[in-house]
Amino acid sequence: MPSKLTPEELKQELLKAYPAKVARKREKQIIINKHKDPSANGLPTTNEVLANARTIPGILSMRGCAYAGCKGVVLGPTRDILHIVHGPIGCSYYAWLTRRNQTRPVSDEDPNFMTYCFSTDMQEEDIIYGGEKKLKKAIDEAIAIFKPKALDIFSTCPVGLIGDDVHAVAREMEAKYPDVNIFGFSCEGYKGVSQSAGHHIANNKVFTDVLGLGDLKKPGKYRVNLLGEYNIGGDAFELERVFEKCGITLQATFSGNSTYEEFTSAHNVDLNLVMCHRSINYMADMMETKYGIPWFKVNFIGAESSAKSLRKIGQYYGDQELIDRIEAVIAEEMPAIEAARATHRPSLEGKTAVLFVGGSRAHHYQDLFHELGMETISAGYEFAHRDDYEGRHVLSSIKVDADSRNIEEIEVHPDAELYKERVTPERKAELLAMGIEMNGYEGMMPEMKEGALIIDDLNHHEAEVLIEKVKPAIFGAGVKEKYVIQKSGVPLKQLHSYDYSGPYAGFKGAINFYAEIDRLVNASCWGLVKAPWQSSPELSASYAYVG
Amino acid sequence: MSTKTKLITEPGREVTQDACRVCAPLGACLAFKGVEGAVTLLHGSQGCATYIRRYLISHFREPIDVASSSFTEETAVFGGKANLLAGLDNISRQYTPQLIGVATTCLSETIGDDVAAVLRDRVPADPEEKCKVLNVSTPSYSGSHADGFYRAVRSLVSALTEETSEVFTQRLNVFPGMATPADIRWLKSLFKAWGLEAVVLPDYSDTLDGGLWDTYQRIPSGGTSLAAIRGMGGAECSLEFGHALNPADSAAVWLEECRGVKRLLLGAPVGVAASDLFFHRLQALTGRDFPADLSAERGRLIDAYADGHKYVSGKRAAVYGDADLVATLALFLLEIGVTPVVCAAGGPVSAFREVMKGLVPDFEERGMEVLSDVDFDHIEQATARVGVDFMIGSSKGYKAAKRLGVPLVRVGFPIHDRFGAARQRLMGYDGTQRLFDELVNTLLSHTQEATGLGYSYM
Repeated sequence: MPSKLTPEELKQELLKAYPAKVARKREKQIIINKHKDPSANGLPTTNEVLANARTIPGILSMRGCAYAGCKGVVLGPTRDILHIVHGPIGCSYYAWLTRRNQTRPVSDEDPNFMTYCFSTDMQEEDIIYGGEKKLKKAIDEAIAIFKPKALDIFSTCPVGLIGDDVHAVAREMEAKYPDVNIFGFSCEGYKGVSQSAGHHIANNKVFTDVLGLGDLKKPGKYRVNLLGEYNIGGDAFELERVFEKCGITLQATFSGNSTYEEFTSAHNVDLNLVMCHRSINYMADMMETKYGIPWFKVNFIGAESSAKSLRKIGQYYGDQELIDRIEAVIAEEMPAIEAARATHRPSLEGKTAVLFVGGSRAHHYQDLFHELGMETISAGYEFAHRDDYEGRHVLSSIKVDADSRNIEEIEVHPDAELYKERVTPERKAELLAMGIEMNGYEGMMPEMKEGALIIDDLNHHEAEVLIEKVKPAIFGAGVKEKYVIQKSGVPLKQLHSYDYSGPYAGFKGAINFYAEIDRLVNASCWGLVKAPWQSSPELSASYAYVG
Repeated sequence: MSTKTKLITEPGREVTQDACRVCAPLGACLAFKGVEGAVTLLHGSQGCATYIRRYLISHFREPIDVASSSFTEETAVFGGKANLLAGLDNISRQYTPQLIGVATTCLSETIGDDVAAVLRDRVPADPEEKCKVLNVSTPSYSGSHADGFYRAVRSLVSALTEETSEVFTQRLNVFPGMATPADIRWLKSLFKAWGLEAVVLPDYSDTLDGGLWDTYQRIPSGGTSLAAIRGMGGAECSLEFGHALNPADSAAVWLEECRGVKRLLLGAPVGVAASDLFFHRLQALTGRDFPADLSAERGRLIDAYADGHKYVSGKRAAVYGDADLVATLALFLLEIGVTPVVCAAGGPVSAFREVMKGLVPDFEERGMEVLSDVDFDHIEQATARVGVDFMIGSSKGYKAAKRLGVPLVRVGFPIHDRFGAARQRLMGYDGTQRLFDELVNTLLSHTQEATGLGYSYM
């Protein structure tokens, strides 16, 4: 049942329940997509989205906090850094394996701390008298038992307020245990406006305290890092399979199925591939400045997008052997993709999707739906910034507000020994001519149709209006939205934790996804929503006379 | 690695490894879900609301709205008053709720926001606003989710229940504790069948286990009405289920002290003995004969105990989770011939040993270890030390059970890795029957899988 409303009418429907002040703000966060006028020299003429702005109190946002972004998203998927959450118990408990990141220790002897949940479990007396002593003792205990190579400390809300200095504790404990790299994050939940602040805080500390400490060089001619891939549902495993098949060495993944040692040696690559631009672009930029490692944006969600991203890697290296091998791999993978598409596309073609996830998934997953012949008619991010919507060319025009200013911007300089220019400006220009923009990201909006509704930080009320007025065939979001959407007879696909399935990345992942969407959209339960006597008057009459 | 890790053994350690409790604001969010037309606002960082929603939603598989006052760094420095007021006005406008329950978090408690004063002085932006706003103090650094739950229920009663000189016979207040929606539904239909006018608080039997919606419901229908809570002072007595709850957090104690309603405290009716006692109380209140269909249910349960004794009698179990549920399940296990050799309350429950001593005076002679304020590492160590045939508690015990190679019977909160937590029935002969069946089947299945002989005749 496609919407009868025009985009503008739909927008007004979304806004009309709000008090004037709230409506004025949301009006700037709900944008009707319009492609830029090429005559305006490529400068943004329309489409400016208010993003990374404060959440309005009392409006049910999908967003989490800085701690969630730092601990849950960026550091959580690493298996051998021992994470201690400094604070009352809830925060540690809530982030205990809930993102369903997977990991695969090489042997039984290799440490895996991911299934644990360590906390200082602060009590009232710690809030009053300070929790540093308790934290130090907790670190003593954790090191005595688990002997980790690295240990990090995550600050929750009260920590900063009561003046506990996790960085001083980290320094002191590192002096006591010189073999253990100990570092802390000031990622209190109230920092910034969303998880995004926590990503930045995590990037900074890993960059200053971890990166460059090691000198592992995995064997291979083409060594790359994959940034912003968190191995939800085994996505990273599928990408590892594809990379290996292509002869590309994955030095480090930030941070799905990763280890501390890989982080320390992530500077030993020629190229950084950025998946989730929002959560990790800081790292990519800082690595380029310090080590001269260039980066470009990739997307391995969708079979076509995966093929395109692999080809970009081949072209970047410009090595025919690699290019041929990548083409051979794509040719080998594609028949199964096409067969799966032939099976599932007919029952999905022409249907619609809406996507409200994270800082990149709302963009990436559009490709998978597109491959099924489904159009994403409305989308938005939970915690992204303007560049994720409109492209990185708007970076210089983003106004830095007080909330963002509170998150440290690290000043980075080229490393005297390790800086090495990988691509000359001339080569960059050549690559650009081939369609490979280094350090570039076009954002979500240029790839969406005109008239699509872009909604930043979608809230509960707006999700309900969308369901009522647009009734898409499927809603891609998270578990918080899942059951309210399904109450209305629309399936919701969890794109944070994948409803315990996956992988969806790469080639095999695409096949899984096609089957999954078909299974959900065409599930038999939706046909039972209305009782027979509700939908058919004749039946109603016959029921009435039975017995 | 998981099998190689040595467990922390020294006493009094500071690091909590795999907690067996959640924080207090979660309990308040659950309690407020059982009030008609209510919305919860957590006063603190939005992460709390998001995490707690996710946790509750994954257990109940139902929509759960929890708003936040969404602190920023500036709010943390200058205080949360402006955000709280804006949040209340926005909720009021969007939901037109009958009640907003404001629960605090460690953030607002640490900076010392005086929520009560803000609410007292509040002038709603909408002069037509009719909703009641109340607050409960639930700092995450104190107690557990169970404490937050009890405190929120008490705050509802103390803020709403009116004074009355009238007492209505056959009117009953019921505080079931953190019961499942299905058990609450069962209680309600039971009281109805017995002709009792019972107010169950909280009642999330519809809001957390409802059907699909024909039309959109901003706040799911169901829940205890505010009018019913206001009238609780006129009840003949309050039935409160629990063994270990702190009287200072008890709604029934408040009603007894401030509204003169007699409090009857008894354990949740799980197991034959506890159900007998419960029905005996109902008989005394109503003066009715014991219904024949209940006698039949009781008979079937005893029959099942007899049929199942070969599988359960003499077995040993570890039971863990919220103190009240642990005590309830320990009594049930003893009744079916299983010794709960580890009884572990995850929350810091003072006098849990004394509570258990009162229930099972010879627990030490029986070899039962009673623990409180412990995490899953403690529970696993204790369990490994004494050896058990199965574990029973929330799904968070899965890792320990797996490592110890024993089956797990999932009861309590949270159950995130199985379906139907909201529909789990434990209470009464019938509920006990289902729990007993599940327990026996779990043991049978474990034996069947372990032998590898392919027997289908157990």
